[in-house]
Amino acid sequence: MTTFDILAQQLVNGLVLGSFYALVALGYTMIFGVIKLLNFAHGDVYMIGGFVGFAVLSLVGGLVGTGWGGIALSMFVSMIAVGFLGVVIERIAYHPMLAAPRLSILITALAVSLVLQNSVLALTGGEFTAFRTNLGFGGIALGGVFITYNQMVLVGMAAILMLALETFVTRTQYGRAMRAVSIDKDMCRLMGIDVTKIIAVTFLIGSALAAAAGTMAGAYYGSIWYFMGFLIGLKAFTAAVIGGIGSIPGAMAGGLILGLLEAFGTQIPFIGSEWKDVFSFSILILVLVFKPTGLFGKSEVERM
Amino acid sequence: MLPFKTAARRAEAQDNDPAPARPLAGITQLQQWFGRPATFRGAMAGIVLLLILGPFVFSQYITVIMTNALLYVVLCLGLNVVVGKAGLLDLGYAAFFAVGAYTTGILTLQFGWNFWASIPVALVAAAISGVIIGGPTLRLRSDYLAIVTLGFGEIVRFSARNLEITGAASGLSGIQQPRLFGWTIDSAVDFYYVFVVLAIGAVIASIRLSDSRIGRAWLYVRHDEDAAEAMGINRVAVKLAAYVTGAIYGAIGGIFFAVNLGAISPESFSFEQSVLILMAVILGGMGKIPGVILGAFIIVLGPELLRDLGELRLLVFAIGLLLIMLFRPSGIWPGRTQ
Repeated sequence: MTTFDILAQQLVNGLVLGSFYALVALGYTMIFGVIKLLNFAHGDVYMIGGFVGFAVLSLVGGLVGTGWGGIALSMFVSMIAVGFLGVVIERIAYHPMLAAPRLSILITALAVSLVLQNSVLALTGGEFTAFRTNLGFGGIALGGVFITYNQMVLVGMAAILMLALETFVTRTQYGRAMRAVSIDKDMCRLMGIDVTKIIAVTFLIGSALAAAAGTMAGAYYGSIWYFMGFLIGLKAFTAAVIGGIGSIPGAMAGGLILGLLEAFGTQIPFIGSEWKDVFSFSILILVLVFKPTGLFGKSEVERM
Repeated sequence: MLPFKTAARRAEAQDNDPAPARPLAGITQLQQWFGRPATFRGAMAGIVLLLILGPFVFSQYITVIMTNALLYVVLCLGLNVVVGKAGLLDLGYAAFFAVGAYTTGILTLQFGWNFWASIPVALVAAAISGVIIGGPTLRLRSDYLAIVTLGFGEIVRFSARNLEITGAASGLSGIQQPRLFGWTIDSAVDFYYVFVVLAIGAVIASIRLSDSRIGRAWLYVRHDEDAAEAMGINRVAVKLAAYVTGAIYGAIGGIFFAVNLGAISPESFSFEQSVLILMAVILGGMGKIPGVILGAFIIVLGPELLRDLGELRLLVFAIGLLLIMLFRPSGIWPGRTQ
C-alpha cells in the first residue's frame, strides 16, 4: 500500500469512528444546552442502547434475520426504549437537582452513571457479550482502499439521523422551543413554553441518538460490555467541546474531526495505537485551555 | 420556609451557610457533635487508644482491612481539600496517588535509592503534577474542570501502562520494605501502625489547614468566587494551593501503599479508584473532616460486609450514592442545624 492508500483507508476508519462520536456528542451538547448539565451518564446510556439493541435482535432475529434489516429494527426499538429511559433518568435524578449547586448535580450525574454501569455489570457478570450479526464482509475496492458495505451503511444511517435531528431542531415547533430554552429558561416560562416538557423531549432525543450509536457500534464491533460507554463518553465529550458545547452542528463536526484525528493519529510515528487515547485526551485539554468555546460555541462568561 | 424541603433547596440552603463566620469548621463541628470539649477530648483519646490497641484485638485479616481503611482516610482527606474545601470537582485524584507510588517504586527499584530518600522526591513530583494539572485548568468552569481532571487521570494511567520505566501493564514488583533504625517494617501489624501515624497526621494537618488563612480562603472561594476575589484573594493561587495540598496527601498515600504491597500496577490507579475516593468524601459529607473519615471507613468496610452480594455490592453502593445526593446532599455526617 502506498502512503496515500494508508491515509485514505484511515479517512474511512475515521469517518466511521467519527459517526459514533458525533451521535453521542449530540446528546451531550443538547442536554448541556437546555439544562447546562454535563451528563456524565450519557456514555452509559449509549452502552444501555447497545444492550437493548442486542436484546431486541436476539428476540426478533429469528423472524427478520440478523442482517441490516434486523439491526435497523432493533436499533429503532432501542432508540425508543432508551429515549424513555433518558426521560426517566432526568425526572428521577436531575429534575430535583436543577436548583442545587453545580457540584451536587455533577456528582448526581456521576452516581447515575455508576448505577447504570453496575446494573449491567450485575446482569452480565462483567463479561463481553457477543453481538452476533449476519452482516458479511463484502465491500468495494477503490484503488488500494477497501470500504465495506457495513461502513457505508453505518455512516449513511448516522447521516440520516443527524439530518433528521437538524430538521427537527430548525423546522419544528419543539425544536424552536428547545433552542429558546437553551437561551433563557425563565423567559420561556413567561412566553408559555412548557420548559419541563422541552427538557424531557431533549433527553428523549439525546438518549435515543446515543442508543442508535450503541446498537450500531455493537453490531459493527461484534461485542458489547458494561464498560463500553466510559471511553466513548469521554471521547464524545471531547468532540462536543471541539465543536463548541451547546452547538448541534458543532457536535457533528467535532465528532467527525475527533474520529479523523484519532485515525490519522495512529499513523504518526512514535504515537501508535496504544497512545491513541492519550492523544485524544491531550486534544481535549488543549482545546479547553486554548479555545474553550470550541469551533462553533458562543463565548460565555460563567463561573461555577 | 416550607415545612418540607426538596433536596435541591436543602442543598441550596447548605451552600448559603454563612460559613466564613465559623473559621474553626472542623473542630467546632466535632465539639458540637460530642457536646462539651471535655467529652470531645475523651472521645479523641479513646479513638487513639483503640487504634493503638487494635492489632492485639483484631485478627490478621481485620488488621489488613483496617490498614486499608486508614490509607483511604489519608486519600479522602486529601481529596476533601480539593473537592470539599475548595469546591473543585476532581475526577482524576488517583493520578496523584499513582505519582507517589510510582516515584517511590521507580527510584527504589530502578535506581536503587533508599526508600526514605525517595519520599521528598515523590512529594515534589506530586506537587509539580498538581501544578501541571491545576495550572492550565483552574480558570475553567467546574464541569470542564471535572472532565479535564478525568482526562489527566487517564493519561497518567495510560502512560504507566505503556512506558518501559513503569513496568508497563504488569507494573512494578519487588519494592523493598523500608528500614527504620535497623528495624525492617514488614509485617501487617508494622504497616498498620505506619498507617495509624499517617492517618492521625493527615487528620491533624486537615484540622490545622481548615483553621488557617489558606483554609478560610478556600471556603471563601468555594462560596463566592467573585466576592473572594474582590476581597483580595488570588483565586487562581488559592485553588492551585488546594490542588498541590491534595496532591501531596495523595502522594503520601501512594508512597506507603507501594511499600506496603511491594507491587503496583496501573490498574490500582484507575478511574474507579478516583470515584471510590470521591464517593467516600461525598458519603460522609464534603468538607467535614469527621464525615470524610467516616466515609473512608464505609467505603472500605462496606464492601467487606457486603461481600456475600458479589457483583451487586457495587450497585448497592452506586444506588446509595445517588440516594444520598438526592435526599441528603450534605452527606451522612450531621451538619449544623439552622
